[in-house]
Amino acid sequence: MSVILDIKDLEKTYYSGNHPLTVLQGINFSLQAGDTCAIVGPSGSGKTTLLGLCAGLDRASSGSVILNGIKLDNLSEDERAQVRNQYVGFIFQNFQLIPTLTAIENVMVPLELRGERNVHNQAMELLARVGLAERFDHYPTQLSGGEQQRVSLARAFSNKPTILFADEPTGNLDEETGQKVEKLLFDLNREAGTTLVLVTHDLELAEKTDRIIRIKGGTVVSDQITSSVGNVQE
Amino acid sequence: MSDTIIHLDKKRPLNLRWLLLMAWRDSRRNRGKLALFISSIVLGIAALVAINSFSNNLRTDIDKQAKSLIGADLVVATSKEIEPPMQKLLDSLAFGGDRSDEVRFVSMVYFQASQGTRLVQVRALEKGGFPYYGAIESVPESASRAFREEGRKALVDHTLLLQYNTKPGDSIKVGNVTFEIAGALHKIPGQSAMTATIAPAVYIPRRYLDETGLLQRGSRISYYHYYKLPDTTDPDKLAKKLEPRFEEAGFGFDTVNSRKEGTGKAYEDLASFLALVGFVALLLGCVGVASAVHVYIREKLATIGVLRCLGVSGKQAFLIYLFQVMAMGLIGSIVGAILGSLIQLYLPELFKAFLPVEVTVSVSWLAILEGIAIGLVVAVLFALLPLLSIRNVSPLITLRAGVEHLTNQKDKVRWLVYFVILAFIFVFAYFQLNSWLRALSFTGGVIVAFLVLALLARAMMWFVKKFFPVNWGYVWRQSLANLYRPNNQTLLLTVSIGLGTALISTLFLMQRLLLSEVAIAGSENQPNLVLFDIQSAQKEEVAQVTREAGLPVLQYVPVVTMRLEEMKGLTAADVRKDTTLGIPDWAYTREYRVTYRDSLIGSEKEVDGKWQGTVTDPDAPVPISLEDRYAERLKVGVGDTMIFNVQGALVPTVVSHLREVEWNRVQSNFLVVFPKGVLEEAPQFHVLMTRTDSTAQSAAFQRSLVQRFPNVSAIDLDLILQTLDDILGKISFVIRFMALFSISTGLLVLIGSVNISKFQRVQESVLLRTLGASRKQILSINAFEYLLLGALAAGTGVILSVGASWALAVFSFEVDFVPDFAPLLPVFLGITSLTVAIGMLNSRGILNRPPLEVLRGEA
Repeated sequence: MSVILDIKDLEKTYYSGNHPLTVLQGINFSLQAGDTCAIVGPSGSGKTTLLGLCAGLDRASSGSVILNGIKLDNLSEDERAQVRNQYVGFIFQNFQLIPTLTAIENVMVPLELRGERNVHNQAMELLARVGLAERFDHYPTQLSGGEQQRVSLARAFSNKPTILFADEPTGNLDEETGQKVEKLLFDLNREAGTTLVLVTHDLELAEKTDRIIRIKGGTVVSDQITSSVGNVQE
Repeated sequence: MSDTIIHLDKKRPLNLRWLLLMAWRDSRRNRGKLALFISSIVLGIAALVAINSFSNNLRTDIDKQAKSLIGADLVVATSKEIEPPMQKLLDSLAFGGDRSDEVRFVSMVYFQASQGTRLVQVRALEKGGFPYYGAIESVPESASRAFREEGRKALVDHTLLLQYNTKPGDSIKVGNVTFEIAGALHKIPGQSAMTATIAPAVYIPRRYLDETGLLQRGSRISYYHYYKLPDTTDPDKLAKKLEPRFEEAGFGFDTVNSRKEGTGKAYEDLASFLALVGFVALLLGCVGVASAVHVYIREKLATIGVLRCLGVSGKQAFLIYLFQVMAMGLIGSIVGAILGSLIQLYLPELFKAFLPVEVTVSVSWLAILEGIAIGLVVAVLFALLPLLSIRNVSPLITLRAGVEHLTNQKDKVRWLVYFVILAFIFVFAYFQLNSWLRALSFTGGVIVAFLVLALLARAMMWFVKKFFPVNWGYVWRQSLANLYRPNNQTLLLTVSIGLGTALISTLFLMQRLLLSEVAIAGSENQPNLVLFDIQSAQKEEVAQVTREAGLPVLQYVPVVTMRLEEMKGLTAADVRKDTTLGIPDWAYTREYRVTYRDSLIGSEKEVDGKWQGTVTDPDAPVPISLEDRYAERLKVGVGDTMIFNVQGALVPTVVSHLREVEWNRVQSNFLVVFPKGVLEEAPQFHVLMTRTDSTAQSAAFQRSLVQRFPNVSAIDLDLILQTLDDILGKISFVIRFMALFSISTGLLVLIGSVNISKFQRVQESVLLRTLGASRKQILSINAFEYLLLGALAAGTGVILSVGASWALAVFSFEVDFVPDFAPLLPVFLGITSLTVAIGMLNSRGILNRPPLEVLRGEA
């Protein structure tokens, strides 16, 4: 199995005036292709910051992030954008669909951005897979929260990413809808063989992944293999 | 695997097709908003296209009608007696062609039907082919020929006939001769309606000129010679060849081309000024565009963040929104160009009075293309300022909304954009004004106005924050706090409303200032009737007739006409050769009307030197007194020498005295005053000033005077002031018409700004209402905020206009700056109230929204 995400001695420090504030330090872990992993921790523990660094949305103060064999540390923002387009998929708590685009156009964006032509059918297949083929020409405001998150799932998988980052994917949904979206997320992930990293408060959701990394005060306090893959290992 | 580092392929296509598609897709749900942004440039473009279309059409029409501008191939004119060698030259020019001569002078005429008298321009035209091109338009049409071929007949300006209730067939007396009126004169080649208003013309046949008895020594007469040259002769080449001889002899000349240039130029100065006023409207609109795009981009941050997450580069994201702005700029410019083309249909009517040619109305594609290009460039340039920040939007915004993700303060490209904007304004101004210095002044003025208003807005925000009146009531505190809250409109509204106010106040101030320059200072006991061309032999008699009519002789002065021959040893030729001397050409070309007396008068004040009232040494240069500003312009001072040519005799003088003259006092004021004892024997006429109490008294006196002294002319100052007021009224109407574009743009920007901030206000107001605020309280908060903004912006605009008027008065019009502040208060109050009214009108929807609806919408 190949390593998809390799994090070494990761540290992130913000400066407020001359006062440094270290929000993450000494983070080390790596994920293989097809792994699923949950990052859990209390509010302000640094989990979203960690997700942002792993996905190449931000740059670390020290340490390194290697994604799909590409070292992100020295890349410019535009180069990291290219990496995201080629290898990364995103699911957000508040869906983050582009409000001015229809459902299908939202799904097509990552493909079109690569310069691919005739992507309509691919996007329609994905929408059908999430059960929204009929609603393809609806704008986000015309869809419910659950529907929006399903469109978001279709978009996340549209560019066939090697790794998917999900930030509280069910955080804005009611329990029933949340469970449907969870199932869809894991099903799609399994089918595509994508590595999944999700940040959540929801321990039930976290336990559905292969591995749980707990962070507190900016450091990893535990890194365990979950029962979903057999024995729990610390 | 982690040991094997793959390097990224950095060659990534821009994918322009997709970017255009995204720009279009993203705009679908925002077109109303985008249209609002762009509407602010529509009026500016409309103003530019209207003026430029009209100018282009005028230029084409001047070209088409060029020959009829002077009615001949070459016109030679002089106000001197023609000496034999020059007469020979003038005669030789007609060889192979044709020549018509005309003598022009001003004189009183007497309308027998109504028994009215009036000062007119008499044109004694010789039998001949003039006009060789175009026509003297008259009713009946045949009258323009008949008057010079069929005995004692005259052609009289149609407005005079109307004023004096006279019709063709009635009689008019010019000097000693009575003419039958052959017809009404409607148009003379090359003369505008305005010129006809100032000096209405009466044509008479030249052969009766001597009989009129109006040509006397000292009379101010001009001789015009109209030539139709053979086809083989190039009039310009001929004029160029003869120029030195004409200049030497003090002759003026005009060819079709030189008149064309002159006519075009005179109008283009006005057109350039109006185009600049339109450009200011456009700049104002662009400030609105920049601000609207700024707000638009802030609303788009989340979308941009998502796009960045999905792999869109900073450049690509920037281009998506740049394309949207370009499309809207293009649409705004096209709409503006269409509107401008429609407005230009009205312009010939607006400018009719000033123009010597008939202007046709046709679509000027050049002006339209120019307008669209300028609109597009300026809109994009101004929109670039907020657009550039897109490149720096971090994708992290998707994870952490609410954090400031724009870091554009240190962006060097912003400075480049500022530079390009200034360069564009400068280049545009240069092409309008044709002078680097003026273009620089215009650009500087725009920068100063923007900076002053922007600094003031910032200062106010700082001041309110720093010295916040914590003890004031809630409503007032909330209004004040709104001035510096995030996403406030303080800066934008202050700049746009302030600039609009500054522009309109400047126009008002300048109009008042220029009118006051010519207005009579104090009407009581000031003269209102001037009699001139009184010959020395008639002096006593005229004074007696005046007194007999019960009128006072307020002033009676002799006038001698002369020209300047040499100054500080420099002749006209020397000054023309060495332009670094900075002495204006007109110093030598103009005719000076000089008086002589032994004392200063009430309107004069000594500035420098020693006044000498009588000549003591007849062999020494004559000690003269000059008006101080005139001396300054000629760069002469006390002790400098000047030689005047008094109708052939050279008189050496020395400047011994400088005076300040109060020109707006009705007195016969002079640039040059000689002492007694030199000019008494020179050819001269006298000017008498008197005061009549009524129009009827004035008319009766003029009637009796003209009958006894046909050569004496009278100027009714009340009539002159009325005419002047009429002319200035017409000019100021044109200027106000253009200023309207700026004001309307300011209002559009205001409406746009208020609308942009409407959503934010709805949220705030709903929250306040949820917390228990009454409608009245919310209304008061909004009204007070707009009142503060309006008052501050209008107040600053008014103050700026005082500065601008001062600069215009001192540097451009060279008049004393004595502003009349009266119109400023209504401007200030009007614009402040308008701001509050528009603000409240746009806010009315806020109060009608149920709180729950908005809160749910938010959730």
